[in-house]
Amino acid sequence: MRSTDPLLEVSGLRSAYGRIEALHGVSLQVDAGEIVALVGGNGAGKTTLLRTISGVQPMSGGGLSFAGRDISRASPHARVAAGIAQVPEGRQIFAPLAIEDNLRLGAYLRKDAEIAADLARVYDLFPVLKERRKNPAGGLSGGQQQMLAIGRALMSRPKLLLLDEPSMGLAPVLVDQVFEIITRLNREDGVTVFLVEQNAFAALSIATRGYVIETGEIAMEGKGSDLLADDRVREAYLGV
Amino acid sequence: MLKTVLAPRFAVPLVLAVLVVGLSFALPSNFYLRVAALVWISALAVIGLNLLMGYAGQVSLGHAGFFGIGAYAVAVLPAQFSLHPLLAALAGALAAGLLAYVVGRPILRLKGHYLAVATLGFGMLIAMTISNEAWLTGGPDGMPVERLTLLGWRVRGADTWYWITGGLLVIGAWIAGNLVASPTGRALRALHDSEVAARVAGIDVARAKLTVFVISAVYAAVAGAALALVNGFVTPDKANFMHSIELVTMVVLGGMGSILGSVAGAAILVVLPQVLTSFHDYEHMVLGLIMMVIMIVLRSGIVPGLASLLTGRRK
Repeated sequence: MRSTDPLLEVSGLRSAYGRIEALHGVSLQVDAGEIVALVGGNGAGKTTLLRTISGVQPMSGGGLSFAGRDISRASPHARVAAGIAQVPEGRQIFAPLAIEDNLRLGAYLRKDAEIAADLARVYDLFPVLKERRKNPAGGLSGGQQQMLAIGRALMSRPKLLLLDEPSMGLAPVLVDQVFEIITRLNREDGVTVFLVEQNAFAALSIATRGYVIETGEIAMEGKGSDLLADDRVREAYLGV
Repeated sequence: MLKTVLAPRFAVPLVLAVLVVGLSFALPSNFYLRVAALVWISALAVIGLNLLMGYAGQVSLGHAGFFGIGAYAVAVLPAQFSLHPLLAALAGALAAGLLAYVVGRPILRLKGHYLAVATLGFGMLIAMTISNEAWLTGGPDGMPVERLTLLGWRVRGADTWYWITGGLLVIGAWIAGNLVASPTGRALRALHDSEVAARVAGIDVARAKLTVFVISAVYAAVAGAALALVNGFVTPDKANFMHSIELVTMVVLGGMGSILGSVAGAAILVVLPQVLTSFHDYEHMVLGLIMMVIMIVLRSGIVPGLASLLTGRRK
């Protein structure tokens, strides 16, 4: 089923905060067109892994390649240019800046003529952002900020979208909305998605494949639906 | 059309141009014109520093060092190498920019208090060099500056310098406004707010900080050169720590991230001491009190504070 050349290949990745190692050799891969979910509890290393992939957290060992190229030494902005966009944990929108300025910053590295078209596409996905595009982003609600953060990441025209806990702090109805948007992006715009979630049920429901991470190591992997049905996953992360 | 004119990057230099022209009629004597010229010069340096502090969120307690480099360039180069003062000013601006580029790389990795102390040390180094190399700079006594002549015309008189420095200020404000409205300006405000988010948006944070540090150094050097030419004399105290603090105070008092605020901050700290001389021994006390009251009442600085007061009432 899988093509032989993955879009993102993580092999034996290690990363440490000072002397404390948070990732003890993580290997996984994401193929073009997939939605891959990484689920796990607090402190399992989910966010660290995502930050290491985007380059804002240094890696101490292992390999990282994207679209067939070794990116383990590339700077974060070079990785954005290569096609990786991260929606960071806690959204990290630029609160004092106007919503549209936030979105334009997502296209910071682009010089092409299609930025306006992509801006229109983001407004089409998130109409509420268009209504308030001149207002400071800090005035948005939590769910709207999450949409803005996703929109900002999309403005770089990523091949791979990294999402860190998109459901964090959102009401259940908004969680459904956000996950529906992620599915749409994958289906309609062909964006490959790698998302990290504590909300294992929501994440695995939309995922093609999933990984379970425990204390800095991959504990299980499989199809999203298989993991959802797995007794160990159900007990540990779904509370049933 | 009207909307483009009202956009801040056009409106701010326009307001300043009107202010410069208007004041030239209102000010009664050469003494006032001279004080106004000092305001324009300080404001130019403060605009540069405000790009660094107010927009990019990085502090510098050593900017008087760059100011001093500009000032001493127009003093030393014409005296030693009989360079034209304008070329000397250009050389000073280039030297300040280059130095900012070289020291900025390691220094700008630091954050907050550490960055403050590192820039403080850098500024002191320049001030000490200027004070100690007496054979070149005249040491603590300072040195005279050759008068500026342009095509045989000797530039002199408070009114002439009023117009030249006013023109420099308007140009400086216009360039700063354009920078702020450009993608680079957006990137600066973004990294001010969240460096991680700026990085994952594709902004080369280290490079953006370095760019604005160099630009702000050049602003300070041009202002320093202008002051030296206006005064006809330079002293090391314009390069020292107290002057750095004065520049930072002007930024904060006028309003971080506001170009008009930079001018307001400079105006307050240049004009008030002149006005308050009637308080004799209590002059500094009154000045300090006024500054405290301004910061307590207008927490975000004079211009942003007044603006939010006005728009707040309208709502």
